[in-house]
Amino acid sequence: MLGLWRKIHRTGRVAEPAPPPPGGDRSPAAAALGGSVQVRHVDAGSCNGCEVEIGSAFGPVYDAERYGARLVASPRHADALLVTGPVTRNMTEPLRRTYDAVPGPKLVVAVGDCARNCGAFAGAYGVTGAVSDVLPVDVEITGCPPRPEAIVEGLRKLTGR
Amino acid sequence: MSALGVVGGVVQPLLVVAGSPLLIGVLRQVRAKLEGRAGPGVLQPWRDLRKLLLHKESVTPRGTSEVFRYAPLVLMATTLVVAVVVPFVTTASAVDPVADLFAVVALLALGAVALALAGLDTGTAFGGMGASRETTILALVEPTLLVAIFALSVRVGSTNLAAIISSTLDDPARVISPVSLLAAVALIVVIIAETGRLPVDNPATHLELTMVHEAMVLEYAGPDLALVELASAMRLSVFLGLLANLFLPWGIATTATPLALLIGVAALVVKVGLLGAALAAGEVFLAKMRLFRVPELLAGSFLLALLAVAASFFLA
Repeated sequence: MLGLWRKIHRTGRVAEPAPPPPGGDRSPAAAALGGSVQVRHVDAGSCNGCEVEIGSAFGPVYDAERYGARLVASPRHADALLVTGPVTRNMTEPLRRTYDAVPGPKLVVAVGDCARNCGAFAGAYGVTGAVSDVLPVDVEITGCPPRPEAIVEGLRKLTGR
Repeated sequence: MSALGVVGGVVQPLLVVAGSPLLIGVLRQVRAKLEGRAGPGVLQPWRDLRKLLLHKESVTPRGTSEVFRYAPLVLMATTLVVAVVVPFVTTASAVDPVADLFAVVALLALGAVALALAGLDTGTAFGGMGASRETTILALVEPTLLVAIFALSVRVGSTNLAAIISSTLDDPARVISPVSLLAAVALIVVIIAETGRLPVDNPATHLELTMVHEAMVLEYAGPDLALVELASAMRLSVFLGLLANLFLPWGIATTATPLALLIGVAALVVKVGLLGAALAAGEVFLAKMRLFRVPELLAGSFLLALLAVAASFFLA
C-alpha cells in the first residue's frame, strides 16, 4: 500500500492539458443537456479497434470525463449512444431497441469509418449498412480507428465544455 | 419541540439535499486526482441531476407496476425524514421520538427495501440479481448497525440519538473508550457496505455482473433516476454525518443563536467532507471483494459490534 502511495505521488498528473474547446454551434438537443452527457456504448459489429480507442479516451491520459461525458451501464441512463462498427444483420434490431430505450432528448455518435460508411466491410453479406442507415446520426468521428483525441473532440461537441 | 429542534429540522434537510451531490463530486474528484486525471469538477453531479430533472423524459418500462414508480419516492422520503430528525447540526431534534436508534435504522432499511422491490419489479435478470445481492448485504448490515449504536446507548440509558450525542458532548473521555472504538470500526464497515462503496460494491462499474446498487436502478430514467441518485447521495451523507456526530460531536449547535448554528453547519460540512475524502482516497487502494467474501467481512463487523455491547456492560 505504501508502494502504491509512493507511485501515485511520483507519477502525479498524467492527464494531458485540455485542448481549446471545439467551436461551432451545438444542436438544440445537445445544448439542453447542459454540460452533462451520459454515454452508452453499443458495438454494432466492430473489430474492437474503436473500443480500444474509446477505452483510451476515457482513460487517465485523455480523460474525457473532465468535459462532462461519462460511460454508463444502461441505455435508460444515457443521453447519447456511441455506436461503433458497421451495423451487422444480427445487431440491427438490438441497435434499434437500444435507441428506443434511451429517454429523449437523445443523440447518436457514429465512431470510426465503419460506422460512418461501412469502411472495409461495405457490401459484405452480413452487413445491413452504416449507422446512418438505421438511426439518425448527430456526430460522426472519422478514422480507422479514430484517435482518442478525435473521440474526445466529438464528445466535447456534445457537452460544449 | 424546542426552537433549536425546529431550526435544526429546517436547516439539516436543506444542507443535506444541497450538499450531498457536492459530496459525491468531492469523492469523484479526490479519486480522479489520485488516478492522475483532471476530473470533471465537484459540480458535475449537480449538472447531471439538473439535466435529468429538467430536460430528460421519464420512461415507464413495459410490465412494471406501481412498486417501480413509487420506490424512488419512498427512498427519497425516508432519507429526507432521517435528514430532518437525526441531530446533525443541532443537538435537539425536530421530532424527538423519531430520532430514535431503532426508528432511524428502520427508516433507512425501508428505503433500501423499496429499491430492492423495484429491482425485482422490472422483471429483468439484472434487476433481480441486484435485488437479491442488496437484500443479502442488508440482512447482514442492519443487525450490526443496530448493535453498534446500541453499544453507545447502553451507558446513556436511552436509544434516543440526541441523548447519545449530548452525553458524549458532556463527557468527551468516552470517545476513546474501548466501547466507542469497537463500535466505530463496526459502524465504518457497515456504512461502506450499506452505501455501496468499495470493497463491497463499486459505484463506478459498468459491468453488470459485478453490480449491486447499480443493477437495481438500471431501468430508471429521467426524473426518477435523478431522485434515486440524489437519495443515494443523501444516504451516504446521512450515514457519514451519523458516524461523525456519534463519535466526534464537537461543533454541533447546543443553542439556537445564529453563531452556534453557523458553527454547527460548518463543523458538519468539514467532518463529512473529510470523512468522504478519506473514503475516496481509501478506495484507490482497494479492489472489489468477491461477493461470497462479503458476508465474512460483515460477520467480522457484527462481532466487533457485539464486543462493543459486551464491553459497555462490563466496563461501565
